[in-house]
Amino acid sequence: MKSVTKEHRPISWPTKGSGGDTGSWRTHRPVVDIKKCTKCQFCWVYCPEAVIEREEITIDYQYCKGCGVCALECPVGAISMEKEE
Amino acid sequence: MKSPQIIMETGAHAAALAVKSARVDVVPGYPITPQTSIMEAIAAMVENGEMNARFIPVEGEHSAMAAAVAASAAGARVFTATSANGLLYMHEVLHMASGGRLPVVMCNVNRGIFAPWTLWADHQDSFAQRDTGWIQYHCSSNQEVFNTILQAFRVAEQINVPVMVNFDGFAISHCLMPLAIPPQEDIDRFLPLHEPEWRLDPTHPSSFSNVTNAAEYAPFRRMLSDDILASIALTKKAAQEYQEITGMWDGDTIDTYRLEDAEVVAFAINSMAAELKLSVDILREQGIKAGLLRPRLYLPFPAEDIISVLPQNAQVMVLDRNYNFGHQGGILASELKSALHGRRNDITVKNRVMGIGGIDLTRRFMAAEIRAMMDE
Repeated sequence: MKSVTKEHRPISWPTKGSGGDTGSWRTHRPVVDIKKCTKCQFCWVYCPEAVIEREEITIDYQYCKGCGVCALECPVGAISMEKEE
Repeated sequence: MKSPQIIMETGAHAAALAVKSARVDVVPGYPITPQTSIMEAIAAMVENGEMNARFIPVEGEHSAMAAAVAASAAGARVFTATSANGLLYMHEVLHMASGGRLPVVMCNVNRGIFAPWTLWADHQDSFAQRDTGWIQYHCSSNQEVFNTILQAFRVAEQINVPVMVNFDGFAISHCLMPLAIPPQEDIDRFLPLHEPEWRLDPTHPSSFSNVTNAAEYAPFRRMLSDDILASIALTKKAAQEYQEITGMWDGDTIDTYRLEDAEVVAFAINSMAAELKLSVDILREQGIKAGLLRPRLYLPFPAEDIISVLPQNAQVMVLDRNYNFGHQGGILASELKSALHGRRNDITVKNRVMGIGGIDLTRRFMAAEIRAMMDE
């Protein structure tokens, strides 16, 4: 009989980047105009990928898929979606 | 040492009492004839405090198995029961239980499949789930139902594979027979509390059955296949340990009757195999050297055990209570021929389909069928 350990089960533990470099999927990138930003953190709340840093409002472009939710939700229009090269 | 309590009970209530004895934690259930009496009995025992378990009434069998999968993944010992079309409705989630390596135990009370509707027993329902990755036992008495549920939990939890315990609707589920219930301390010794090495736990988040790439997926399927085969040895061990503790024996992977010198071997499962012992006696009185071989384990198919006990040059009469659509005859005969191929060329296999939709299989009828098959 083969041994059965938890490796035999389809279990995965959440780790950063376990889905690959999802930033490569992006067609448009969100760019924060920090002068307009009020640090209200709406973008941090709404980002479905948790790639926005809460205090400084910086974006991790290695994993940001460019969905644009942050730009839509920003109440002061501080985030614009710019076409990727 | 305390002696067992002997009562008169139906097969369905024997199953419910085994579930109580196994100290099951969670029972999701949805009614379907002829299984309903199992769920009624469990619900009553939970309600009156005899059984310390959570009973979850759900809106259908797909949900019953989904709740069973979730509860098992959370570390509970889980039981559910169904029949016929209820089992078919679960089909997708059965794969989740086996692929997810969850040791759920379920009774399927065998009943023919629609259309047209029938309420009575045949084996099309459980055999249609052959490739879901569930281990399948088939029982031939109320006592065996009780004993097998406990052994099923033992095997399931050793290799993390779900187990289906099958028995015929009405012939077993609704008929009273004497039932011996071993003392609870003996059952606890045989089946300790379920302590899985992994469970869904909010304090240590993990993702269960996530998307895998091909290189990750294939090893999971291979390991499931290997571990299902490993259940043959574990089934024997569980039967032996159960016998050491309770003194009761129903066979392990197979059960035999007057087989040693048999020239004609009846080969069947479930309740008809109990009746076939009487057919064997009738044939012996007529001067025919008859015997019986009953696989108790249908999946994995106990090929080695069957090959090693079949007498030389025997004619094996496979009595199938199901159709192998697209072939002549039944599914059990195909399984047997596949097992014997190239290994036992001395054996002749003959096959008849009978007892579909609960047609009564009496000892005289089956003895006559076997006599007729001898001349074919």
